[in-house]
Formats: sequence, structure tokens, C-alpha cells
Amino acid sequence: MRLLSVAVLVITWWTASLYVGNTRLPPPPEVLEAMLTEAKSGALFINLGATLARVALSFVLAMTLGTAIGYWMGRVRLADRLGDPWLILLLNLPALVVIVLAYIWAGLTEAAAIAAIAINKLPTAVVTLREGTRALDPALDEMAMIFAFPRGRAFRHVVLPQLAPYVAASARSGLALIWKIVLVAEYLGRPNGVGFEIGVAFQLFDIPLLLAYSLSFAVVVFVIETALVQPFEARLSRWRPRAA
Amino acid sequence: MRLEVDISSKAFTNAAGERQDVLRNIAFTLEPGEVGVFVGPSGCGKTTMLRILTGLDHDYQGRVLRPEPLRVGMVFQEPRLLPWRSVEENVRLAAPNADEPRLSALFDVLELSEHRAHFPGELSLGLARRVALARALAVDPDFLILDEPLASLDAALAARLLGQIATLLEGRTTMTLLVTHNLDDAVRLGDRLFLLSARPATILHAVPVAKPRSARSDADITEAKASLARLCVANG
Repeated sequence: MRLLSVAVLVITWWTASLYVGNTRLPPPPEVLEAMLTEAKSGALFINLGATLARVALSFVLAMTLGTAIGYWMGRVRLADRLGDPWLILLLNLPALVVIVLAYIWAGLTEAAAIAAIAINKLPTAVVTLREGTRALDPALDEMAMIFAFPRGRAFRHVVLPQLAPYVAASARSGLALIWKIVLVAEYLGRPNGVGFEIGVAFQLFDIPLLLAYSLSFAVVVFVIETALVQPFEARLSRWRPRAA
Repeated sequence: MRLEVDISSKAFTNAAGERQDVLRNIAFTLEPGEVGVFVGPSGCGKTTMLRILTGLDHDYQGRVLRPEPLRVGMVFQEPRLLPWRSVEENVRLAAPNADEPRLSALFDVLELSEHRAHFPGELSLGLARRVALARALAVDPDFLILDEPLASLDAALAARLLGQIATLLEGRTTMTLLVTHNLDDAVRLGDRLFLLSARPATILHAVPVAKPRSARSDADITEAKASLARLCVANG
């Protein structure tokens, strides 16, 4: 079924390229050729690797910080009151503003790029985890207290499984957000990565190259979603009675 | 070692800012091996009292002397199991020191042996209640609290579970506190019965049950129930 839907996409693309002309929309073989050239020179893998590394780092950074801050704000009322205005500000700050400011203040560095991407993802992670923490079942907390669960055991076996769906949801939407932002950050201020190559292709008006990188990137995203994110979600919810 | 309770008052302030008395002059002691039973109308404040006794609520007038350290086991009104952990893990997490022979003996008596690997969502309410009971007893508690552990079970199942509780309490030095609406359960399991009034709850009568649990005949139980019912009626 999935293969069929991909096939339909390729056919539509091919037909469209016949209508609008090869220069505006190159047909699939031409893009594949560009992809193979880039792959042979190794540039494709270096750039994909650089982008993936940035995604991984900023994702881990944003999720760890976001989970910790969200949990704290969900548990401690004062933290929630103090943090809320910051959260609203960050949530509504356009990604472009964060990236440009980060590059101006911290220079065109790797750290600035990763921090900027992480800051874009951070507030949504905080909001999701704060909601998750507020939804924690007080009855189970009481149970853990009465049975004198040590703090670590209570967190691991009582709190964390309740937060897991929120962490999964936040990871899912966060990854999608980061995939989008990472290219902008690279386009604006990094000397490698998929975003940089797309910038180059844009300046040279090299549409096959542009599509080659975009498609390779899309394939990587797709593989990570199906091979990593979905099995992880399935594992987290294995205790739930399966829907018919 | 014994539990001494002397709560002179406990009040809540409701949303409208009015003070509402929930408990007044609740004083009793509980000896090791003894089963105290609290019987009272719904909403009279029994759960509030239990929260004070378990140390979850410190905001009250009076004092509660709990021996330290005190291992507490509790069966809540709803089973309160961790849905994402198996039956066995639920018990082991609460009682990490329980060894395998003791656990299997406990699972045997409660007829849970074949459900060890199941998740709570796969169990009936009766089974989940038994897991909650297994968890409370696995910690080898000094103080066991049973908060309406048989509510909403059918009569036959409730009677069987009550029998299992009685068996498991046999020969232990646990201080046990049972909260129930059911006079039959109260008289079958209790050594001392406390009749509570409506809000603010106070102890109206403390009724000892003379015969040991195992020696009580059905006639004894019927008679004790009748006299208890008379007390309840007298207090309207």
C-alpha cells in the first residue's frame, strides 16, 4: 500500500515535469542522477550526517531540558507562576528571530545553531510535559507514599510511565519541528548540512540538486520515524489493552 | 508497640470559606494482632481519618502516636495498582524484601498464581482487589489498613475474600484497621468495633467482640450483628 502511494507520487511528478518543462521541474531520473553524483563524491553523506548530528543534539538538549522544566512547573506552583510569562514569550517567538539573534550574539558557530534549534523546540516540550505532570494521578502518589517507595523508585515506576505518552507526543511533534528548523539554521549560517546545500542549489538555480537533497532528507526522516519513533511508542504502550 | 490515636478535631475550609468539622474526639488504641473495625455512614470522614493515621495529612488537632519505624500496608477503596506493571511487579515494587517462598504462598492463598505476569487492565475487579491485598500483606505490615476492601464485589466473592483475609491475619502481630459499611464483614473480622456518627464523625460506641475470630459460629455472628444493628438504629 505504501509502495503504491509512493508510485503514484513519482508518476504525478513525472507527468507534471512533462507539462511545466524540465528546467522548472526536472523528471525523477535527472534528480536521481544528481543524487548519485553527490553520493559518489561523498558530499551527500557528509551533509546528511552533519544535519542529523545537529538534529540529534538539539533534540536531546530540548527534550531533556523541556521535560525537567515541564515537570518542575507542573509540580511546583511558584515555578509555574514564574516560568509562565517566559514560556508564552518563547512559544510565540518566530524561529527565524531566535536563529538570527543566536548567530548575532554567539557568532556563526555550531553551538549557536544547536542552541537556536533547541530553544525553538523547548517551550512546546515544557508545555506538553507540564500538562502531563498536572494530569498525574494523586491516588498513585498516595499509594507510593504509604508504601514508602523511595524517591527514585516512585519516579521510575509511578511517575515516568504516566508521563511517557506526553514525552512520546512531545518527541514526535518536536522531531517534526526540528526537521523543519534545522535547515533554516543551516541555510543562514552553517558551511555544511542539507540546508546549506539547498542554499547553494538555490543560488545556482540547480533544481535537480535542490530536489536531490530535499528528497534524501525526506527519506532519512521517514526511515527514522518508522524505524525508531513508532516502535518506541508501541513499546511504551504495550501494557494498554489493545484496541480491537 | 501499639497505635494510639487521639484526634480532638479536624476541619476543612470549603470553597466558600466556611469551616466544616469532619472529625471530633476520635480516640482509640490498637494493639498488635488486633483488628479494629470502623463502621459509619458514607461520607462521615473515615477516609479523612485514614489519611491522618497513614501520615498523609498532618493538619489536625490532637495527636497520633505511631511506633517508628512502622511498615504500613494499605488496601484502598479502588485497587490503585500500577497499570503499566505486571501483577508480580506491582507486589514486588511495594515489597522489595519479600522472598520468593513468601510471595508464592501469598499468591497461592489469594489464587493469583496464574495471574502473576498479567497487567492489571486484564484483571476483573475481584482479582485486582486481591492483588491489592497481596501487595499490602507482602510488605509484612505492622499496620494494615483495609479501606472498604470488599466494596462492589458480589456477596459470594466478598465472603471468600473475607475468609482469605482472616486466614492471612491468623497468627500475625499486625495491627489491622478495617473500614466498612457491612456489619457482617465487621463482625466476622473485627476484635473491636467502633461505630461512627455522621459528620463531624465521632466514636459513638466501642464494642468488643469477645470470642476469637476462628471460634465464632454463625449464631454468634447473627447475634452480634443484631445487637450492633440495634445500636445503629438507636443512634438513628
